[in-house]
Amino acid sequence: MNRPQSFGFIRDYVTRWDALALLVVLCLLAFLAEANRGLFAPLSQLDAVPLSLDPWHLPQYAARTTLRMFAALGLSLLFTFSYATWAAKSERAGKLLIPMLDILQSVPILGFISITYVFFMSLVPGRVLGAEFAAIFAIFTSQAWNMAFSFYQSLRTIPTELSEAAQSFRLTPWMRFWQLEVPFGMPALIWNMMMSMSGGWFFVVASEAISVGDTHVALPGVGSYIALAIAERNLHAIGWAIATMALVILAYDQLVFRPLIAWVDRFRVEQEPGEEPPESWVLTMLRRSRLISALTALFYALVRWTSWTLPRASASADAGAGAGAGAGTPVRVRRRRDSPWRDRLLLTLLLGAVAYIVFRVAHTAVVQTTGPELRDVVLLALLTMARVAVLIALASLLWVPVGVWIGLRPRAAQVAQPIAQFLAAFPANLLFPMAVYAIVSWRLNPDVWLSPLMILGTQWYILFNVIAGAAAMPAELRHAARNLRVGGWLWWRRVALPAVMPYYVTGAITASGGSWNAAIVAELASWGGTQVRAHGLGSYIAEATAAGDYHRIVLGIATMSVFVVAINRLFWRPLYYYAERRFRLT
Amino acid sequence: MNPAALLQVSEVSKSFPKPDGPELLVLQGVNLQLVEGQIVGLLGRSGSGKSTLLRLIAGLADPSGGELQYLGQPVHGPAPGISMVFQSFALFPWLTVFENVALGLEAQRLPRAEIRTRTLAAIDLIGLDGFESAYPRELSGGMRQRVGFARALVVHPNILLMDEPFSALDVLTAETLRTDFLDLWSEGRMPIKGVILVTHNIEEAVLMCDRILVFGSNPGRVLSEIAVPLPQPRNRLDPAFRELVERIYVEMTARTSVPSGTTSARTELFPGQGIGTILPRVSSNELAGLLEAVAAAPFSGKADLPQIASDLQMEIDELFPVAETLQMLRFAELEGGDLKLTEAGLAFANAAPDERKRIFARQLLTYAPLAAHVRRVLDERTSHVARRSRFIDELEDFMSEDSAEQTLGVVVSWGRYAEIFAYEDESERFTLENPA
Repeated sequence: MNRPQSFGFIRDYVTRWDALALLVVLCLLAFLAEANRGLFAPLSQLDAVPLSLDPWHLPQYAARTTLRMFAALGLSLLFTFSYATWAAKSERAGKLLIPMLDILQSVPILGFISITYVFFMSLVPGRVLGAEFAAIFAIFTSQAWNMAFSFYQSLRTIPTELSEAAQSFRLTPWMRFWQLEVPFGMPALIWNMMMSMSGGWFFVVASEAISVGDTHVALPGVGSYIALAIAERNLHAIGWAIATMALVILAYDQLVFRPLIAWVDRFRVEQEPGEEPPESWVLTMLRRSRLISALTALFYALVRWTSWTLPRASASADAGAGAGAGAGTPVRVRRRRDSPWRDRLLLTLLLGAVAYIVFRVAHTAVVQTTGPELRDVVLLALLTMARVAVLIALASLLWVPVGVWIGLRPRAAQVAQPIAQFLAAFPANLLFPMAVYAIVSWRLNPDVWLSPLMILGTQWYILFNVIAGAAAMPAELRHAARNLRVGGWLWWRRVALPAVMPYYVTGAITASGGSWNAAIVAELASWGGTQVRAHGLGSYIAEATAAGDYHRIVLGIATMSVFVVAINRLFWRPLYYYAERRFRLT
Repeated sequence: MNPAALLQVSEVSKSFPKPDGPELLVLQGVNLQLVEGQIVGLLGRSGSGKSTLLRLIAGLADPSGGELQYLGQPVHGPAPGISMVFQSFALFPWLTVFENVALGLEAQRLPRAEIRTRTLAAIDLIGLDGFESAYPRELSGGMRQRVGFARALVVHPNILLMDEPFSALDVLTAETLRTDFLDLWSEGRMPIKGVILVTHNIEEAVLMCDRILVFGSNPGRVLSEIAVPLPQPRNRLDPAFRELVERIYVEMTARTSVPSGTTSARTELFPGQGIGTILPRVSSNELAGLLEAVAAAPFSGKADLPQIASDLQMEIDELFPVAETLQMLRFAELEGGDLKLTEAGLAFANAAPDERKRIFARQLLTYAPLAAHVRRVLDERTSHVARRSRFIDELEDFMSEDSAEQTLGVVVSWGRYAEIFAYEDESERFTLENPA
């Protein structure tokens, strides 16, 4: 059984993973160079090199689009680490920051693009960079909130024992953050990053080609490519764009998220025995390659260096405690040493900013609003709400039984789950032109037939959550139901529906929120010169944006935010808590 | 066939398809007859197929061979007269106690009034009155399992199947529930005619059953059938009771020294031979712990298995693999229900940590062929490095993928403790460099 190993030496020291790693790193560098070209060029450069529908340009456009995603994700991480940490560490700040986060994530981002665009262009006048900032900020606003939420939740639920261990070893706050808090929050954070990413693709496509009033900017990217293809009524180009996007999302999943998921598996505090650890060939490559391990060793050395150079916890903490409470301060009190003044100052600034924004919104939206105008907007919002409600109901009727069926069959679930997740990540707005084409050529009623577009991308959240719920049902429960010969409607009512309920509600909340946002692009769609329009708040905002009418944009967004927050607070949240309490399997 | 037979199981076997290679045989040629008024125990370790057999009887799965007959009719799908009590209780958390119990009657589409009377009667019988409107999460484990019993009894089954119903409960609660069940059973107050109890607890089997089928593993099969002629209620301290327990211990450990030609390694305990032996998940700590316990007073090197099982509070599922691994590594001998330490075992128990590692390494390299094989490969290579996949591939010639991963995992942990080689999980490589 001992085969001669003539190349044993080379094989064991230089792994073939090294070669693969080198290749991937080189590709990455080429990609970055390609994507960064022309970032600092003047805006007129965009007109000088017009977009082209030639599919050969698509790789470059895809690279630019992907880089925007990366940049926005980096920003979101920065925001998450600072905002969520602040909210979790300071009780006072948390009281304001967390509800604010909740409202921020209900605001329809798509309507904002026009406003933020003007702001960022004024920061870097006349440069492409300004438009890039605006696009990246739009993506950022679609990604950051749920990531911050998840990290905040993790920080609040760190097991006391781990926290006490960190304390007893006198870790500095900096070390504590990187050694305990970030690793502990990682698994949930990565999952939320994936969700954010799915949402992000939708916005990156919508935010690249921006027209506000008379200004039109088309940043090189897949989104602009699609916009041009729509303007030129080029179905082939749209097909190419869809294929490109599918490839990009697949690559992203394989190169970034699979390895991240496999990697964060080690940070799980509780591991269910017998569960297969996730695997990823990229992570295997990174781990096996000597080259990469040398690089990571360097990185870790840097991290250690920052921990050493930063002031020790003991010195500053003792000083702070001594000054604050006199001698003999018990150790337990020492942790709560964040200066109340710093907190108060930051909060005051924050409140000031919020007050200013509210004042401006009130000024433009409310003061100039006439009674009939407000009534019209509310009516339009009710129309959109009816659409979302009907669509969610229809999608549920379809996907809940399908999801349960799939979830109870492990093999089907294994195949279907990644497909559903892929479909949820796919920017559905790429498919809108097809629908518009169909509506125009068959003369369908846009008020009805544009509606399905709103849920095209978001329905999958319902499907994959239900699949997960059905798959999580313990085998013994299913056996008990079969043993008692529970079947038919009784089985759905008493067994299957309650079992998937908490999962379903989670999926439906995401789907409903996403559909409101999608209304802005779905209710007003065009194909070449032809425009189809459904009556609703989405088309109201979209038209206001196209006309550059800030008063109406602000009024529309404010109304939509109020509606979304109200629906979440009055309907979804109570339903979620009820489902959690009543149906969650422990 | 016996006219009073409720259930007749003839030559039943069950195998599961595997994605790669041959089918996995979990049950082979099992015969079983349940007559009215009897409690039959299926006793064995995990992996002996006893729970699988119970699910076949319940109609939750179909056998690959043989036949199951309930009241003379072949079993296809869940039969109306057979109900089941589950190890994890399997209560629906969103239904109240009343709704959980009523579910089986609702499935029979009985009139509302009848459902109500029968449900309340079952709840009353099992001692749950007052808890009708409670949700399972509000109940203790013992009360939850009472709901499990009420739910199974309310449909007035002929046969009650119990799948380790007391093993998820603490010792005191389990004993109360057993006694309550036996009281109801002997007073004939339950609507059932026969019971099949799956358990891995020898004392529980002797306490409750009229007949016990002892199951062996790989593949799961009936090793022997033992009648329990003791009258109810039984006393655990009764000499006749102890003698039966002892006899079953002997029965369950004796089957292992069959092979004719003695091999250099004592691997005949576990399925497979040589490096192809499937090793159980036993850590070096467990081995050391049992060695120390047997070496210490009152055993002084020789321990009666039932005795040490109750001293260490270990189920046979936990104790047997450790004892058998000790025998494989020649730290101990298993004979007639006793575990007797060898010289190496005694030396290990009395040694200091470093000396222990040396003794362990010696036994490992001599009596665990796979550990010796890994070490030999590393020694022969100039780089002293070998991939994990190399050994996994080799093992998969003898066993399934899962068994190969388990076996190699066990050898990694033993080898690390003995410091005969090192293993790096991230790069999945064996080396000879110990970080020390």
